Amino acid sequence: MGYKAGKYDIAVIGAGHAGCEAALACARLGMKTLIFSISLECVANMPCNPHIGGSSKGHLVREIDSLGGEMGKNIDKTLIQLRMLNTSKGPAVHALRAQADRKKYQAEMKHTLEKQENLYLKQAEIVDIKVEADKVKSVVTNLGAEYDVDCVIIATGTYLKGKIFIGENSFESGPDGVFAANQLSECLKKLGIEIQRFKTGTPARINKKSIDFSKMEIQEGDAEVLPFSFEDDLLHVEQIPCWLTYTNEKTHEIIRQNLHRSPLYAGMIEGTGPRYCPSIEDKVVRFADKERHQIFVEPVGKDTNEMYIQGMSSSLPEDVQIAMYRTLPGLENAEFTRPAYAIEYDSIEPSQLKSSLELKKISGMFFAGQINGTSGYEEAAAQGIMAGINAVQKLKGNNPIVLDRSQAYIGVLIDDIVTKSTAEPYRMMTSRAEYRLLLRQDNADLRLTEIGHAVGLISEERYARFLEKKAQIEREVERLKTTNIKPNKENNAILEKCGTTPISFGTKLADLLKRTELTYTKLKKIDSERPVLERQVWEEVEIMVKYEGYIELQKKQVESFKKMEEKILPEELDYEEIKGLRLEARQKLNKFKPYSIGQASRISGVSPADVSVLLIYLEQYRRNKRK
Amino acid sequence: MEKLWITYGNIVDEALVSYFLAPKSYTTENMCEINSHGGMAVMNQILELCLKNGAMMAEPGEFTKRAFLNGRIDLSQAEAVVDILNAKTEKESKVAVQQLEGNLSEKIKQIRQEIISLLADIEVTIDYPEYDVEDVTESKISHVLEKIDILLDQLEKSFLNGKILKEGVKVAIVGKPNVGKSSLLNLILNEERAIVTDIEGTTRDSIEELIQIDGIPLKIIDTAGIRKAEDTVEKIGVEKSLKILEESDVVLAIFDVSKELEKEDRDILKFVEQKNAIILLNKIDLEKQLSLTEIRNCGKKIIEISIKNKKGVEELYEAISAQFKLNEIAIDGELIVTNNRHKSLIMRSEEYLKKAQEIVEKKLPIDIISSYLKEIVDELGKITGESVTEDVINEIFAKFCLGK
Repeated sequence: MGYKAGKYDIAVIGAGHAGCEAALACARLGMKTLIFSISLECVANMPCNPHIGGSSKGHLVREIDSLGGEMGKNIDKTLIQLRMLNTSKGPAVHALRAQADRKKYQAEMKHTLEKQENLYLKQAEIVDIKVEADKVKSVVTNLGAEYDVDCVIIATGTYLKGKIFIGENSFESGPDGVFAANQLSECLKKLGIEIQRFKTGTPARINKKSIDFSKMEIQEGDAEVLPFSFEDDLLHVEQIPCWLTYTNEKTHEIIRQNLHRSPLYAGMIEGTGPRYCPSIEDKVVRFADKERHQIFVEPVGKDTNEMYIQGMSSSLPEDVQIAMYRTLPGLENAEFTRPAYAIEYDSIEPSQLKSSLELKKISGMFFAGQINGTSGYEEAAAQGIMAGINAVQKLKGNNPIVLDRSQAYIGVLIDDIVTKSTAEPYRMMTSRAEYRLLLRQDNADLRLTEIGHAVGLISEERYARFLEKKAQIEREVERLKTTNIKPNKENNAILEKCGTTPISFGTKLADLLKRTELTYTKLKKIDSERPVLERQVWEEVEIMVKYEGYIELQKKQVESFKKMEEKILPEELDYEEIKGLRLEARQKLNKFKPYSIGQASRISGVSPADVSVLLIYLEQYRRNKRK
Repeated sequence: MEKLWITYGNIVDEALVSYFLAPKSYTTENMCEINSHGGMAVMNQILELCLKNGAMMAEPGEFTKRAFLNGRIDLSQAEAVVDILNAKTEKESKVAVQQLEGNLSEKIKQIRQEIISLLADIEVTIDYPEYDVEDVTESKISHVLEKIDILLDQLEKSFLNGKILKEGVKVAIVGKPNVGKSSLLNLILNEERAIVTDIEGTTRDSIEELIQIDGIPLKIIDTAGIRKAEDTVEKIGVEKSLKILEESDVVLAIFDVSKELEKEDRDILKFVEQKNAIILLNKIDLEKQLSLTEIRNCGKKIIEISIKNKKGVEELYEAISAQFKLNEIAIDGELIVTNNRHKSLIMRSEEYLKKAQEIVEKKLPIDIISSYLKEIVDELGKITGESVTEDVINEIFAKFCLGK
């Protein structure tokens, strides 16, 4: 039994959104990389909602793209509807959201993997990871093939010991009816890795021909289809609409009457579900006074009739599901293609990871995606690319690339999961970012392209174009700040027409742009020397000038934040020795081993007083060392 | 119980020694306390004995520092302890105790909760734009901000009361030479402490005394006579007096009713016009020469007084008391901010609040308003040691129904 299948640099287990990004990053950086999937039909699958992006998630996609990742390009190629959300709520929170043609998205990504040099895509279940002297040695497939590797990136999503619940029925399964991976969790447990049990769910899919759309509200895409990737141009896509309907008292009544048949309420599910993704029965119980809940009907692709019913995730029995779905206006004759289900799976306790996503106690073992207790395709992909980059950095003998909370949502995401043990699946939200005005989706390239280029994932050609864009932005900002507008009749007439007060002195264009009533576009009439610029350039200029004061303020806050981040805590510190710390803090710090005082301060259970003690101790420690 | 016999050969005193075993002591370390019968000599001998046997003198605040470093108390509690130790009056120590028990934290938490709730309303519309959650209107934001403004303002104002409790009301006595300044001070103090003579200009330096009215400390300062100084020593005294007057919370200006108003009196009148002042007409036992028109014109409270006959002093106390609404500083139930760090954090929150109000008025987008609201919560969180992000997110999930 078993055979030696060869030597590779890196193995990626799982070909979902995290696995794909990780494997592509490794292979593109010259590593001989394997990527395994239990079924090659499931590469880059979207077993739940068929969209990419949204608030804060759209930011993540653009950051991944700026580092040289694939998700942005892949969705640009396969989207069937696009909207820019939050346009009225300020520049920091604008967010792209696209409906994906799910099958096409998968096929594109799979093909990208197949075409990639250095990358070997294989259908197999990994059942064992061999570790010697706390270092990764090899991975073994269910058919006994043993691949020797220096690093492994585990990105198994919800497959580990996956268990699906539909009413009284439950069975072992990965998402979408694919096999679960039952052996790998045991292997991880044996390696001393702490496992936790999480739960998530998905609504039913319904055949479009059974839906009466005339009873629903239509939601069209934007007129102008902006790309996610900074490398792509404006897209020309025939868009498909989404639809909106509502639950009603009848729906809620059916749910209440059948609650006892829900595995969740009957206590069969042990996993912790996310608060932001409650099932419809959760919503009806928790928000009993709410008369109706919003339900979105989203297309899953161009050449399928299946529609995704967002807002109706459930673990009630199929017959109850059908009855309750059919109470919704437009769904009276709904034909199910797949029922809603809840799925329980094993994930690891992510505080066992370093900020590089490498396991603290096993060298060369990286984790990315939903297995780390996160939720969402974009969150998974973000971790995937970072795990990929850092596995390569390790093999090349370089320091890991760790983005901090002031650089990227990716930094916020990873810092959050490694410092806060996730008690529920973690979803990215803009409210989690302290420096939101700096972490915009429009400037993701300005923030991260340099890093992507230094790592080696951004081509010279793209980098040159980026530098040109950056220079254009700087020139235009400078021009606005130095160009004087005279207080003459014509100019003031234009200003008054825009609803703003006329000027009585010469005024800089930049100062005019700061007025709430004025925009870059409106100022064109009095700005005769304006150069021709691409939309992405002038939009950036507009935001930078218009919100300069507020952006500067956050930059100042970042400076003081960085001071604490730069106070590095030596890895060899034994916090039990520091008597000043409270017991809980000592235990937590020894468990988490934060890399800086800043990170220590974010661990729950470490109080400001503990931080003061750490600061004092660190100072003494340094002085003693100098002696 | 043990008796101290050691080294001196003879018994110093019979003392009570109590042990506090770690970790159940103030500092959480092993501690012991020696209670003797008192008297400076005995105390010094005991202290010397301890030092000889290897004890070390504590730095000021050392025990609290240790309790803090050992994690028994948090920063705001530690600060409260320091305030208790430094408390000069009963009311002040009561405030410190309340703070120790977390009264301030509670009030701050209340204010934070208001903003966090508003933030959750805003953030949910940003993070879940596709849901039918109502957008937060500018008028709702303004309304909450106004409410917070009032609460923060109250807290900040309470600092003034706190400062009075801690440092005392600075009362400066001013008047031309020989009008009875030192006598007034003596009368208030009820003891002969300042030099009182009939020769002009003998009180060259100022004298400070601390007294209490209804538990509120008054720091009374007698200034050197303000007049054209002829010699250098006195000149220094005059300059110093002017500075004291500038810094005082209330000025008692004394005039002699038995004499006509002189230039120096007029200078004083002019000076006190800008100040919180009470005018005292002294020597009412003598024949009245003074015309009151000019004095009345400056619009200050006027009290007739005879220092010699101890008349009018009660009225003076009442007037001072009323000036500072001392009786309104009711400690029970009302919260008073006494700590400078807390005050500056509260003031910073107020600055951010003003900024937020400006931004709402300018109709800037909600994400910018939100960033300032977070700053307010963050600054207040520094008093109680809480972080904003988690709180807002928890609130979002508690309040809104979202999900797939």
